[in-house]
Amino acid sequence: MTTHLLSIKDLTKENALNILDTAEELARITETPVKKLPTLRGRTIVNLFFEDSTRTRISFEAAAKRLSADVINFSAKGSSLSKGESLKDTALTLQAMGADGVVIRHPASGAAQRLADQKWMTGSVINAGDGTHEHPTQALLDAFTIRQHLKQSQGDLSGLRVAIVGDVLHSRVARSNVHLLEKLGAKVTLVAPPTLLPVAVESWKVAVRYDFDEELNEYDVVMMLRVQRERMDEAFFPSEREYSRRFGLNGERLSKLSKDCLVMHPGPMNRGLEISADSADSSKSVIVDQVRNGVAVRMATLYLLLGGN
Amino acid sequence: MSILLKNVKTASGDLVEIAFESGRFIEPKDASKEAQVIDGKGLTVIPGLVDLHTHLREPGKEDAETVLSGSKAAVSGGYTAISAMPNTNPVADTAGVVEQVYRLGQVHGICDVFPIGAVTVGQLGKSLAEMGAMNSSEAKVRIFSDDGNCVWDSLIMRRALEYVKSFDGLIAQHAEDPRLTHDSQMNEGAVSAELGLKGWPAAAEESIIARDILLSEHVGSRLHICHLTTAGGVELVRWAKARGIQVTAEVTPHHLLLTDEKARSYDPIYKVNPPLRTDRDVQALREGLADGTIDIVATDHAPHPAENKECEWAAAAFGMIGLETSLSITYLAMVKSGLMKLEDLLPKMAKNPAQIGRYEGHGELKPGNWANFALIDTSAIWKVERTGIVSKSKNSPFVGSELPVKVIKTFFRGNEVYSQ
Repeated sequence: MTTHLLSIKDLTKENALNILDTAEELARITETPVKKLPTLRGRTIVNLFFEDSTRTRISFEAAAKRLSADVINFSAKGSSLSKGESLKDTALTLQAMGADGVVIRHPASGAAQRLADQKWMTGSVINAGDGTHEHPTQALLDAFTIRQHLKQSQGDLSGLRVAIVGDVLHSRVARSNVHLLEKLGAKVTLVAPPTLLPVAVESWKVAVRYDFDEELNEYDVVMMLRVQRERMDEAFFPSEREYSRRFGLNGERLSKLSKDCLVMHPGPMNRGLEISADSADSSKSVIVDQVRNGVAVRMATLYLLLGGN
Repeated sequence: MSILLKNVKTASGDLVEIAFESGRFIEPKDASKEAQVIDGKGLTVIPGLVDLHTHLREPGKEDAETVLSGSKAAVSGGYTAISAMPNTNPVADTAGVVEQVYRLGQVHGICDVFPIGAVTVGQLGKSLAEMGAMNSSEAKVRIFSDDGNCVWDSLIMRRALEYVKSFDGLIAQHAEDPRLTHDSQMNEGAVSAELGLKGWPAAAEESIIARDILLSEHVGSRLHICHLTTAGGVELVRWAKARGIQVTAEVTPHHLLLTDEKARSYDPIYKVNPPLRTDRDVQALREGLADGTIDIVATDHAPHPAENKECEWAAAAFGMIGLETSLSITYLAMVKSGLMKLEDLLPKMAKNPAQIGRYEGHGELKPGNWANFALIDTSAIWKVERTGIVSKSKNSPFVGSELPVKVIKTFFRGNEVYSQ
């Protein structure tokens, strides 16, 4: 494994499968009454969050604690891009405190890579979401969840068709998933209005559809992305109603999905906008599993980066 | 007393003698018998370079650069005339500020510092600055630009172009439609899509160039396009010149060499406005410079203190320094690549910019002109070291690179102002 996890591109297919397999084992342990492993005892992991994300932070916190690491939560929100303490000074502080691993969430794309490249600190850096770039552990937990339901938790995802629907342009989850799913052999289709796809998306190894209903019954997984209401003001789409009608997963579309199709969402959901309540709560939905699996996948990541060998 | 420079080569390789007296070039035969002789064996003499796009940060941000430190950086790169962009604090939008900058240059006496005046008050694009007063001032400003702020309002741009005609001025436009580039971080394309950095589309540059060319044709005024970066922009300028429109254009050394692939490092040393584009654009810029579509090379020397680059990409300032590496980088991109000969490249860095700026006595080694020149070693290879950078700011993307062509000495008005 590498020293850091900054991007899915850092991982080979073998690395990725190793994380998933390790997560599988760790998940079994966390189902026992005593949920803790001594692996990272005495190691310090800092959750460095420059952006609010309670769900991701507590997921990493639970993962680190189940491996017996000491966890420090460093909420740096308010230290906005131009004001407050710089990333460099924060890193120097963490170095002085002896952090072995830093889990960083930051609004600027590339912040995790800067932290890793600049030698301001020596610990492992784990990207927990950087701007609109990547969110690698989210993609890993999504792959874990897909594998659990459609591949009996074995091997890769070859042969599966995955639709990623919504605001791909601003989504770090989509970028990480595109890379990982491709690595694991799945076929990805991006479904979005052209305004919410990056220019040059044709250079990605994906299919692109502007029409959600086309091929709807052929997907094995439908992954809905959160749409921020503010995007409407920047003219990305005319209205919430129109967006929801054309790209939302409503009851009618839900009924047209294939029998075993999984419905996924990285959360937090805008119920009624990109996903209807009946879709989110349907038997096809594995959204709660995604959250649960997040802990196991993050345990595996920390274990392999900091405690392996 | 006259001074005679012997044993030097011209850019085309001919051995020549160069003579000067009282700060100006004279015919070597007119040099006095007891003339002091400088032996330039092995070196090439070039006219003092002229930059039409420099940021000096004084007044207002003297920790990044001053007129003095910028002048020293300039002469170490072979420049003897630089043009100070108006985005200082206060903005150079009045006769008072441009005179202050001009006088500082004269007092230091290292090179000429010609201020560029703002087109609009505070560079805000709303109302015209007193361009007439800046022209009549001691600084005799002829070039006006709102620098990093594009004059986006079509009516203001039209009026500015018309207004400066009365004193043979020109408007230097930073072509960037602000509505298409809000918060933009890098060139919009395959790399920005992957990196999740907000894109700055080529169309935002080209649409303004197209509009301004048409305005320039309509009112018959001189238009200068700053730092062209796109293949489409080169095409537009080529079209305009073919129609006889009075448009000139510049390209920076870094846009002739670097592409947006550099952003993959997320190192904001490569963050610059307009952004680094694709390889296809770089090739088009090189061709445009070689065939005369692009008139000049300009540095867009943009000093920033370390803390504005030692951070995440989005938080970093736009810009890179360039005065000290300009000749080497341009040589690398144009001469080493076989596209141009040095003697054809130099006019784009000296004679042409002097002509566009109406900088009299600059740009050519000819009797009557100021004795502004540099001696360079065209066979030298030198490594850019951070500690060797003369500018107050060290934000060069070329630190660590080995570059061709070294400036050995620079003379301004007959005085040696730099020696390596």
